[in-house]
Amino acid sequence: MENTNTLPTVTPQQLFFKRWTTTIMVALGIIAITIWQYMLDPQATEAVLASTVRSSTPLVLGALCGLMGERSGVINIGIEGQMLMGAFIGFLANVWTGNLLFSVFAAVFSGAIMGLLLAYMSVTLKMDQIIGGTVINILALGLTGYFYQVGLTTDGKMQSISLGFLADIPIIGPALFNNPPITYATFVLVFLIHYILFHTKWGLRSRSVGEHPRAADTLGVNVFKVRYINVIAGGAIAGLAGAFLTLEAVGSFERAMTNGRGFVALAVMIFGKFTPFGAWGAALLFGFANAIQTQLQFADIQVPHQFIGMFPYILTIIVLSGFVGRTHIPAADGVPYEKE
Amino acid sequence: MDDQQNSDKNNTSAKDRLSALWQVVSVPVAAVLLALLIGAVILAVSGANPIEAYAALLEGSFGSMAAFGRTLSKATPLIFSGLAVAFAFKAGLFNIGAQGQLLFGALASAVAGFAITGLPPFLHTTLSLLIGATAGALFAYIPGALKAYTGAHEVITTIMLNYVAINITDYITDGPLKDTANGNIVARTPEILDSAKIPYLGEIPAGFLLAILAVVVVWWILQRTTLGYEIRTVGLSPHAAKYAGMRVPFTIILTMVISGFLAGMGGAVETLGIVGRYQPGFNVGLGFDGITIALLGKTSPFGIIPAAILIGAMKAGASTMQFEAGVAKEITDVIQALILFFVTADMIVRKLIRSKTENGTGVTLSGWGQE
Amino acid sequence: MTEKIQKEENLALEVRHVTKRFPGVIANDDVSFSLKKGEIHALLGENGAGKSTLMNVVYGLYAQDEGEFLIDNKVVEINGPSDAINYGIGMVHQHFMLVPVFTVAENMILGSEVTKGTSLDLRRAKKEILEISEAYGLKVDPDALVENLPVGVQQRVEILKALYRNANILVLDEPTAVLTPQEAEDLFDVMRELTQKGVSIIFITHKLKEILNVADRVTVMRRGKVVGHTKPSETDAQGLATMMVGRDVLLQVEKTPAKPKEVVLEVNHLKINDERDIEVVKNVSFNVRAGEILGIAGIQGNGQTELIEALTGLRDAKSGEIHLSGEIIPFEKPRYLVEHGMGHVPEDRHKHGLVLAYNLADNTVLNTYYQKPFASKMMVRNDQAVLSNAIELIKRFDVRSPGAHVAAGTLSGGNQQKVIVAREFSRPLKVLIANQPTRGLDVGSIEYIHKEIIKMRDDGVGVIVISAELDEILSLSDRIAIMFRGEIVTIIDAESATREQLGLWMAGANPEMA
Repeated sequence: MENTNTLPTVTPQQLFFKRWTTTIMVALGIIAITIWQYMLDPQATEAVLASTVRSSTPLVLGALCGLMGERSGVINIGIEGQMLMGAFIGFLANVWTGNLLFSVFAAVFSGAIMGLLLAYMSVTLKMDQIIGGTVINILALGLTGYFYQVGLTTDGKMQSISLGFLADIPIIGPALFNNPPITYATFVLVFLIHYILFHTKWGLRSRSVGEHPRAADTLGVNVFKVRYINVIAGGAIAGLAGAFLTLEAVGSFERAMTNGRGFVALAVMIFGKFTPFGAWGAALLFGFANAIQTQLQFADIQVPHQFIGMFPYILTIIVLSGFVGRTHIPAADGVPYEKE
Repeated sequence: MDDQQNSDKNNTSAKDRLSALWQVVSVPVAAVLLALLIGAVILAVSGANPIEAYAALLEGSFGSMAAFGRTLSKATPLIFSGLAVAFAFKAGLFNIGAQGQLLFGALASAVAGFAITGLPPFLHTTLSLLIGATAGALFAYIPGALKAYTGAHEVITTIMLNYVAINITDYITDGPLKDTANGNIVARTPEILDSAKIPYLGEIPAGFLLAILAVVVVWWILQRTTLGYEIRTVGLSPHAAKYAGMRVPFTIILTMVISGFLAGMGGAVETLGIVGRYQPGFNVGLGFDGITIALLGKTSPFGIIPAAILIGAMKAGASTMQFEAGVAKEITDVIQALILFFVTADMIVRKLIRSKTENGTGVTLSGWGQE
Repeated sequence: MTEKIQKEENLALEVRHVTKRFPGVIANDDVSFSLKKGEIHALLGENGAGKSTLMNVVYGLYAQDEGEFLIDNKVVEINGPSDAINYGIGMVHQHFMLVPVFTVAENMILGSEVTKGTSLDLRRAKKEILEISEAYGLKVDPDALVENLPVGVQQRVEILKALYRNANILVLDEPTAVLTPQEAEDLFDVMRELTQKGVSIIFITHKLKEILNVADRVTVMRRGKVVGHTKPSETDAQGLATMMVGRDVLLQVEKTPAKPKEVVLEVNHLKINDERDIEVVKNVSFNVRAGEILGIAGIQGNGQTELIEALTGLRDAKSGEIHLSGEIIPFEKPRYLVEHGMGHVPEDRHKHGLVLAYNLADNTVLNTYYQKPFASKMMVRNDQAVLSNAIELIKRFDVRSPGAHVAAGTLSGGNQQKVIVAREFSRPLKVLIANQPTRGLDVGSIEYIHKEIIKMRDDGVGVIVISAELDEILSLSDRIAIMFRGEIVTIIDAESATREQLGLWMAGANPEMA
């Protein structure tokens, strides 16, 4: 066995650039436009950026929820339902207790319960995972709609906390460092989940379970446990996204208020190539498109909002079809693991 | 599985047939009963009287000839969307996009219904139906072609395309084709002409008969033609299909197109038979209902009919239930989710009813990562 | 009893009365055997004899229904792979258990990660890996992505993975299936060296020559039971074969000399690219005559798969021509080939050859379903014609099945292969391509299929046989083509071919030098 003839390999650096060239180019373009815009009209630019961050937050959280599951091999198209449930329970908790922090925990907990249900369906019952996600979505829509009574009100929502001098940095300061708590938590989660996925034991095991569960099993990794925990954690993050909607952004609840954000989050996750930073970038891009559209309306340039609304979906289809770069989907994504 | 039953059919006694039938329907029936039971618990917990609520639901759906007619007209588009989803399942495709295709079908038939003038009633209706169905078919061509030529998974593309459809139809009905009559401010198209409307035969909507016809045709295509054999082979094993000389990409696209045709027809029937125009938000969820119905009907064309009538009845009776028992109609969504859960998680149900039937839904799909 | 054995000899592992049942099958029936420290113990048996199941039970992947294990003469509970690993058992599975998108280092540490604080310590891991690979002389690059490594190296990674976990009992499940004869020799050297260092090895195989070559002792299994223990010094290939199969077997296929006639298949300058757009078949030319069998030998991954896929219409070619009885065939049109007299027994019967959920009737018309009498011009199928055809084929080709209505997936591998053979051989053929026609089958089915293939040849069909088993190629072929790195190195008469010479050519030796 002397011949160590390996096929030509690419270095991680090359791979990184090959994968992310398009993304980096787009990001640089947007930064250039923003700076130019800032010089013309600082206030409007800051408003656009703040709005970008605001509308991207639930998308980032939803995408993080999705990729926790998918990286370990469970497809999650129930993000929408998990988010909606979190929003509703967070809202109810706020109505009953008036304690915002407790309400956030209630929302996160309810999201985790929905995650548990999804894990039970896809890991234990080995149901088709698309159907499992659909069950979650319809169930959340039905339950929240059934138990919601018009007229419930809350007092207040979470307020922004300015991080002192950081918030005074031109252009990005107000957008990044003058935010309410869940938005800050989102920033932290992006870094945290990236760290967990790519630099810890748990992350290595999670990814191995998403790629080749039997290999992981033969090395003593408990496939079922890894999937359960990741999907439940994902559900909790989706619950936080719901809390963002009712406890931080809007301050109240209405039926079906997630309004497709869970599915945009799915798009964001795929567009971000199943990575936390990619998802963050994608969510910011989509949020930016939304914000621009609002600004254009002020400027009396009419672009039908529906066209901006379609943007994330069409981009995702293009990416998915391989017209721009290739995305590696975890090899065992959506395949229930059979032990024997 | 169907073939097996067919080949055995000739020499079986009535009793055997009855037990074979029970094997087929036991899981769906048990799933529905379980879902209703849990629904009752939820009703009771929330302070409502489940018996009262279910009685009102039943009255509103089957209590009178008018109620029954309402059930059938609710069931009509559902049969189409259920068929659309079930048909795609046969080729191993999960058409979550029935919703979007249905929207295009509804809108296109509405446009045909008000914009084309001077046609006699029957012809106008038929033409509008076909235009609607074709719009759905064309929209379904996109995910079909993407799947066949680039491998993009149809679940993701059709989810995305659903939202594209919502945005486009919203734009059209709030923009170029907005109803301008009497200072209307709502986003909707003008009303369709009487000549395009689908008539009623007494209380029974003619569209329902059309849906039954569609069921028969779809069954015949799947079970009796070489095309059906090709579709099923592609669904069960695309590699074997290629080995067998079948045109796999073509079959995938054709299946999606036919599925979209059926979904579009569902939207058209809704527009021409019930709503009378296209108005955004009026047919939300019909495509997703199709998933529940297809699985409840075990993806068999004839199974779709009772499944669609059941879901249709819940929709038809929901307002009576809300009015008479004071129960929010969203409970029917909860019940539907539970039905979907139990019919898919059939190993739970089978344990409960101790049935040894074969795997129920007949759905063979793969994960996203497998291409 | 334990004490008695302890006195007698030093055992690394003892398996006692293990029974493992699957729904409808007893995979292991009261199996006992023992592994001495530092020996190579071969587990011999046909496909489906229960060797892999037994090892999966030992490794904790399956739970046994009855029986117990002793390691170092103490009874142990093995409830999962982690227990097995803790007891020093390492296993190299037949299908490698490596995550393709991970690096060698990541694959090595998975499940036994080295960490610094909460983070993975890949630097330390790499150092440890290099140390072990030095110590055992198994070279690997810890940073290479596994998907970019050739199979031989992947196998090395698998062995190192076990050693990294301090395995002193190593289970190798059919390790030579993916190797050339020379690579297999190298592996045997590695195995012998490992035993010098105190590792005990269980070597699962169905190849008799390998056992005679490397094993210290042999346990033979048949239909889930242990049928005997022996030593290579006390037996020979014929003896082992008889034990394995339970009756005398012909190790040679009986056939008369070929009477080749006109050329029926001609391949000219064929070039094929694979999915990554790399040229994997480079300018290949050869022909096949009516009434002869051309064997194609080569190590997996040298272009045979792609060549056969192009010949049978499953893959497009970049350039070149294929003539089927004088006519140029279009690429990627399997239907054209079916209609012009080509039969194809595909490499993977579950993937290509059958639709497992379909009943036998539907499977027997898989590629002729649209033709008369199975369907009318209007695309309407004739179930009756399909059924009666199937019933006849089942009888003629001796498919053991309750009837034409049962699903193909419920049949044994041998009978599934017979269904394919029935479908392909019953059409009027000019050319037959049989790719791994007996892979994974029991000896009875192998003999039957070999006989049918020779019958086709004698009926004047031009046959191509591809097989990973060099012995199958040698015994069936009239001429043998050897493929290496996408080229046909040479084509020789089977009469004059020797195993050793073929092995050298398959590994890249230049025939002109010989």
